[in-house]
Amino acid sequence: MIDVPSFAELNLEVALPGIFLALFTTVLLIVDLFIPKDRKITTAHLTIGALVVAFVLNLPAFNAGETAMNEMFIADAFAGFVNMIVITGAIITVLLSVDYMKRSGIEHGEFYSLLLFSVSGIMFMGSANDLIVVFIALELLSIPLYVMAALRHDDVKSEESGIKYFILGAFASAFFVYGAALIYGATGTTNLPEIFRAIAGADGIVATENSAMIYLVIGAAMVIVALGFKVAAVPFHMWTPDVYEGAPTPVTAFMSVGAKAGGFAGLLRVMIIGLPLLVVNFGDAVETMAIGETITVPSAWQTALWLIAAATMIFGNFIAISQTNVKRMLAYSSIAHAGYILMAVAAVGTVQITKVAENDYTMVAVYAESALNGALVYLLAYTFTNLGAFAVVMSLENNDGSGTMLDDFNGLSKRHPLTAAMMAFFMLSLIGVPTTAGFIGKFLIFDAAIQAGLIPLTIIGVLTSAVSAYYYVRIIVNMYLKDAAVTDEAVGLTPYVNYATIVAFAGTLIFGLFPMLALDLLASSGAQIATLLF
Amino acid sequence: MVGMEAYVILSAVLFVLGAMGVMMRRNAILVFMSVELMLNAANLALVAFSRQWSGVDGQVFVFFVITVAAAEVAVGLALIVTIFRTKQSINIDVLHQMEG
Repeated sequence: MIDVPSFAELNLEVALPGIFLALFTTVLLIVDLFIPKDRKITTAHLTIGALVVAFVLNLPAFNAGETAMNEMFIADAFAGFVNMIVITGAIITVLLSVDYMKRSGIEHGEFYSLLLFSVSGIMFMGSANDLIVVFIALELLSIPLYVMAALRHDDVKSEESGIKYFILGAFASAFFVYGAALIYGATGTTNLPEIFRAIAGADGIVATENSAMIYLVIGAAMVIVALGFKVAAVPFHMWTPDVYEGAPTPVTAFMSVGAKAGGFAGLLRVMIIGLPLLVVNFGDAVETMAIGETITVPSAWQTALWLIAAATMIFGNFIAISQTNVKRMLAYSSIAHAGYILMAVAAVGTVQITKVAENDYTMVAVYAESALNGALVYLLAYTFTNLGAFAVVMSLENNDGSGTMLDDFNGLSKRHPLTAAMMAFFMLSLIGVPTTAGFIGKFLIFDAAIQAGLIPLTIIGVLTSAVSAYYYVRIIVNMYLKDAAVTDEAVGLTPYVNYATIVAFAGTLIFGLFPMLALDLLASSGAQIATLLF
Repeated sequence: MVGMEAYVILSAVLFVLGAMGVMMRRNAILVFMSVELMLNAANLALVAFSRQWSGVDGQVFVFFVITVAAAEVAVGLALIVTIFRTKQSINIDVLHQMEG
């Protein structure tokens, strides 16, 4: 009944970057035992080495367009791009952690293993072609993060952050499994392209009267809830500020970009490949269509994502204004940025129906490609910018975790002109000012949303961006126009942190000036997804 | 012969009970047990659907869910023990160091 595939049929080489990293991490756990406690820097170097190797291994698999492990895993441009984002993000995170962990007295070799496990989880998420893989990747990226959040175990804030993240994360996972179960119940498969084909039906149009429809709609809603928790979308964001504030800062930095990239990779995979054509209410338009006519309808989940995206952008940006702790402000800003990316996901839900002949329709999610490109470039820009911003916050942070208030930035331009200049650039990128990477990301997402006909949502996006300028510029004002009341040195401004800040700055600047670099990499992703489905 | 709907309804009831437990219980261990109840409700639905479609995908999924749940237990209980050592309590209402 069950065919056992041969080793060659598994086609493992396209999954090599993720597999290498997961295996290396297991070995690293053991190797770390033999590294003396005062030389844990070796573990950090090994970690960076492994990440570089994974990055190189990712290059041949980048555009393979092949599936592995019985079509549960796929290596395409989307997966390759997510891998690049997260590996780069992880390298910057390791650079940030080395000195921070030491001076906070929480230097453990296991930290790097946990980080790598989480990274491999995100990599598997980017390549997931099956709901089972999405689930396992989700857990593989989350479980190490629960531990990492609670790593500062003598500080009750950190413990609190870990347990809050754990309870809500596990709650969200349960939602995901139940949603996946319902989707499986409706379609009889957990494979995303097969779910797509099951929904599209034989004549190319979804049977709305089908009793399986109710399972599909509830299932899709639960998957959105679960991944909404992971990417911190309103109203599933309650954990975010507390967890970000309590966790050690390098962990917060990684969580804000890594967990978000993973969550969005999963959401995009499920929505673009599995459920784009889930349309419940066609109205009368389909019956009265002439042959050759084309109409545009929203898919069943578009309105829900529309509302979540709007709420996330508004809530995140407005609450961030009232924050005085910069770490907490960046937490709310990260909620707001999730809203912009959700806007791109919502744009996928605009479906075009063409009547080819009597009882023969074609349905296409026409804006999936531009939305996908927008979301991925935004994630890339956000990764560099936000890690850079956290790097600067960290260099000002004292050993006991204080020193991250807005007033601690006063007069930074006089004490550390280069750091202040880079921080100002990161803030401009988070607002979305031209010549920064943040601008390119926002531009592509707004463009996709307008094409998909989400005009009101785009207007909300533009207006909330303007609001966000208020709190980002406030940091620039503090750095350049105010005088410092404190004169103490920035204890965290070590060479490693400096390297990290410079790498992040270079990324933000390069992708801001030459967006084609990223867009060329993505050029084939949309076409690949289309050929996969039909 | 019990119909398909019965299994789905039972799993939905268990899932809702679990979700209510997570939101209403204040003891961290009980919250955690409620999460497990939710996961097992999903497992029940998966096995039932697997039988309906006479395929093994759902059952394979269940094995993975059980394995991952075990990993979650390991991490979750460790976190609860740590918080108990500092706070001498596992009531989640005492966790309010950060506000705003």
